[in-house]
Amino acid sequence: MIAQAAQMAAAPGGFVPPEVAWFALTPLIIVISAGVLGVLVEAFVPANRRRVVQVIMAMAALAAAFAVIVWQGVSWFGEGGSGGVVVLGGVLQLDGVALLFQGLVVLMAFFALAVVIDRTSTKQDAFSPSAASIPGSEYEELARRLGLVQTEVYPLLMFAISGMMIFPAAGDLLTMFIALEVLSLPLYVLSGMARRRRLLSQEASFKYFVLGAFASAVFLFGAALLYGYSGSVKISEITTMASTVVGGGAPDHWELLWLVGILMVISGLLFKVGAVPFQAWTPDVYQGAPTPITGFMAACTKIAAFGALLRLIYAGGFSGTPDMLEAVRIALWVVAIATMIVGTVVGATQTDMKRMLGYSSIAHAGFVLVGILSFNGAGIKAVIFYLLAYGMATVGAFAVITLVRETGPGGEVLGEATHLGQWAGLGKRSPWLAGCFSVFLLSFAGIPLTAGFIAKFSAFSAAVEGTEVLGNATVLAVIGVLASAVAVFFYIRVIVIMFFMSPAETVVESVVETVDVAVLEPVVVGVGQGVANAAHTSVVVATGAPAVVVVRSEGPSAVTITVMAVGILVLGIFPAPVLDLIARMTGIG
Amino acid sequence: MTIDTTFPWLTVLVVVPLIGALVLWALPSGRLKLARPVALGFSLVELVVLALAIGAFDTSRSGVQQLTEMHEWIPQIGASYALGVDGVALLLVALSVLLVPLVIGAAWREQGVTDGETGSDVALNGARRLRHYLALVLLVEMFMVLIFTARDVFLFYVVFEAMLIPVYFMIGGFGEGARRRYAAIKFLIFSLAGGLVMLVAVIALYTQGPGGEQGFLTANLVGLQMAPTTERLLFLGFFLAFAIKAPMFPVHSWLPDAAEHAPAGTSVLLVGVLDKVGTFGMLTLCLPLFPNASRWAAPVIIVLAVVSILYGALLALGQKDLMRLIAYTSVSHFGVIILGIFAFTEVSTAGASFYMFNHGISTGLLFLLAGFIIARSPSGKSRTIADFGGLAKVTPILAGTFLVAGLSALSLPGLSPFISEIMVFIGTFQTNSVAAIVSAFVVILAALYILVTYQRIFTGPVRDELSATPDLSGREKWVVAPLIAVLLIFGFYPGPALDLVRAPASISVATVVGSDMTILDESTDGSDS
Repeated sequence: MIAQAAQMAAAPGGFVPPEVAWFALTPLIIVISAGVLGVLVEAFVPANRRRVVQVIMAMAALAAAFAVIVWQGVSWFGEGGSGGVVVLGGVLQLDGVALLFQGLVVLMAFFALAVVIDRTSTKQDAFSPSAASIPGSEYEELARRLGLVQTEVYPLLMFAISGMMIFPAAGDLLTMFIALEVLSLPLYVLSGMARRRRLLSQEASFKYFVLGAFASAVFLFGAALLYGYSGSVKISEITTMASTVVGGGAPDHWELLWLVGILMVISGLLFKVGAVPFQAWTPDVYQGAPTPITGFMAACTKIAAFGALLRLIYAGGFSGTPDMLEAVRIALWVVAIATMIVGTVVGATQTDMKRMLGYSSIAHAGFVLVGILSFNGAGIKAVIFYLLAYGMATVGAFAVITLVRETGPGGEVLGEATHLGQWAGLGKRSPWLAGCFSVFLLSFAGIPLTAGFIAKFSAFSAAVEGTEVLGNATVLAVIGVLASAVAVFFYIRVIVIMFFMSPAETVVESVVETVDVAVLEPVVVGVGQGVANAAHTSVVVATGAPAVVVVRSEGPSAVTITVMAVGILVLGIFPAPVLDLIARMTGIG
Repeated sequence: MTIDTTFPWLTVLVVVPLIGALVLWALPSGRLKLARPVALGFSLVELVVLALAIGAFDTSRSGVQQLTEMHEWIPQIGASYALGVDGVALLLVALSVLLVPLVIGAAWREQGVTDGETGSDVALNGARRLRHYLALVLLVEMFMVLIFTARDVFLFYVVFEAMLIPVYFMIGGFGEGARRRYAAIKFLIFSLAGGLVMLVAVIALYTQGPGGEQGFLTANLVGLQMAPTTERLLFLGFFLAFAIKAPMFPVHSWLPDAAEHAPAGTSVLLVGVLDKVGTFGMLTLCLPLFPNASRWAAPVIIVLAVVSILYGALLALGQKDLMRLIAYTSVSHFGVIILGIFAFTEVSTAGASFYMFNHGISTGLLFLLAGFIIARSPSGKSRTIADFGGLAKVTPILAGTFLVAGLSALSLPGLSPFISEIMVFIGTFQTNSVAAIVSAFVVILAALYILVTYQRIFTGPVRDELSATPDLSGREKWVVAPLIAVLLIFGFYPGPALDLVRAPASISVATVVGSDMTILDESTDGSDS
């Protein structure tokens, strides 16, 4: 066979069968197959068994994929390992960074999936029984009465995950674009499938789709411009062309083509990470989407998109003539600063838990960008650790939100109680749940002894270190620290509400009194006013707000919450092994 | 001295209260009555370990780090788990470990159950709350030991920030009054703002140092040659955090609020020990790490310290709330400590170090007694001085102990704060006579604010509603007796304590003043000082 193939390869103009590194593709194949099989299950398995089959298949697929990724890691990065594989002539670059990102995506997706499958003690999952029906219609009511269950959620999730796995490994812009679409389209659908507040959910889905499609188009146009500039869609070749401009590559005046192209491609990616000015969809989608999906999306999409950004900026080599480089750098600096400020300052004004976490995710995107903009090895490592810490806290936090519910007039359990004021007194009624949520918030806030602190520390210290050529990014680190101070305020506010306020109190009294301008003015000059305003617009619950209950998890969510909280504390105190793993896989000492 | 000096005494000191806190949290609901004995037990075991550690400490070499431990922690970012104590650190560890059992003893009966719980839940909730409170006290004890013994800047910073969370809960969750959450968040925002500025300085300091897997070890960061501007910026980053913590004018305003709303026990730990982290940091990090910048900033800092001394005392005079009054006296006393540190003489530095310990004892005693007085008010939680009067007739022991505590706060000869305060003034007089003379007026103000307060609460006719006030109970006597004993013993025989602080003081003065030589050629740039 092989000899035959070689012979054919030698023949001029003959067909050259591509050499496929099947082992390298195994995790991807497992997840995609689970998605395809899931679609078949929808068609052929009786309705009453579909859910069980789908859940088992999805969980098994992710577990198997993770196991293979670990196996790959050991065999490629252990003693005498090859240090990574290039698939299909560079379509996928499965190096250490890509493998770390794939592992991260699959791991977080596994725990996020555990929240998706959890129906809690209400025995209802978070998805509409018939997403296609018009909200409030008789058809919807009928579907609800019949107890229909929508299980295409699982194959959709599998497809999204496979896209996220390709995204950070893509070696050329077309693969990256396909990955982008494969991960995005299922998410648009999933966002619109909430069981409750369906109009909000559908609005979110629509917004996400329209803006997402626009961003994809921008990405694609950028890719086309870069192809026009370099004659290739391969990231490495575009980079080579850009860096050899002076030495007889593309003509000098084509620089602009490169610049516009690369900025458009980066914009497409920044949309996915929710960086300012491409953040507008984030709070709406986070709020409207079914909460388990929000958790999945917030963690995994961000991880995958930052992976792709790293691939574009670093793994392909961030080079070009100094002028070109400078222009991109300035653009990214502006984006990072704006992202941190908008995320924290606007986040501080939110009264809805999911929206608040949406803005918090924007702020975190800014902090990760600080790590990226350090342009050194420490920065790459910091970004990976940051995404791990952020992903854990995000998945855990949204899992907690799925369990805190409103009750209707008859005592029946309704949707999530997402208004901040409704969380008052949670610390007394469910101390463990509130305790875990506090751990997630403290990690978001970057308080020492949580993973979030080590993450922020790594990112900021990489920025301060900088590089010899490009200088350091201390200014970014300082802004990041100031933004963190503001962010701490709104995370701590939730802890105040949970532990120090009783439900009765919030109706008549708001947290306004806990912070006033006088406290903040000397502390955060400038943004102080914004935060102070935030405090004044804070929790005001309408009288007669529905009562709040904490529903019991069926198990998987509880496991997710526990694993994430413990993981965050362990990583906060003993991060050395994970930092070591990252250093070994990325090959940066 | 047959005690093994290689045994990890300091780690044991860190671990014992941590285990205590975990045991408390693990107590099943039915056994909550055990919370108090368990907490007290762990704090007493800690005291025994401390005694053994002191036995292993060689006083004749008190300027050197002893009982050192060194382990790899996060080599990737240069952080190590490095512990060790010199004389000053040992004194402050002793202060923390001594105060904790007394705080637990003081919290024995009362627990500020201020929330509107109703029905039969009250008892259970009270017990639960007490359990959480005691666990937080032990957790804070762990952090206090860790921060005074940390010999790694990263470790120090981590503890510095992490400690805020339990303290925040101790003020906001167990405090008094409707504005306790305001006080708690004010405390947190002030401290975090300072801490985050320090974070940037910590990161930048690492890049200035040798780097590597032990790049954050304090020993590796001392004596760095930095550009004057860099050194000054880094100094300011650290100093701001410590000045807020200390607290020093003009960033002191969180303290009176926190003290007013925190339970008495919390204030003892907060003002008595935690705020010492600020002055301790100035002494053990700012001076040795940034000697040139310290000298550059000293004139301004001394002025601010003098302002703190007089301003704190004057405001104390005007307070109606007993807890706020004590808080303002502390602002004044912290001014004296900072003055001593930045006067750069051996006598003043040694005095300031000793004063850190004495102030903890004296203010701790004042806060505890204030807590006892407040518990005796008609409503059980009135903190207003005007609500009392004539208590000396019905509660002579309480009056007597309060007088002793008050006299120690105004530095009466015979009580230990006198020695340290006089050392600070004498030392300062050598380098900055004006500052010494101006701040010495505080003695008069101190006499006023203490004696007037005593007069209002304890003398005059007994108020009707106070006529049946019980005197100190046996438990309360046990709580205050050790502190009064320490004040008297060190008042008449300060030798052992001074032995501990003298050598570290002369070393830190030598670092700052000695660095004169190394900087001479760069001093053209420092002309603006």
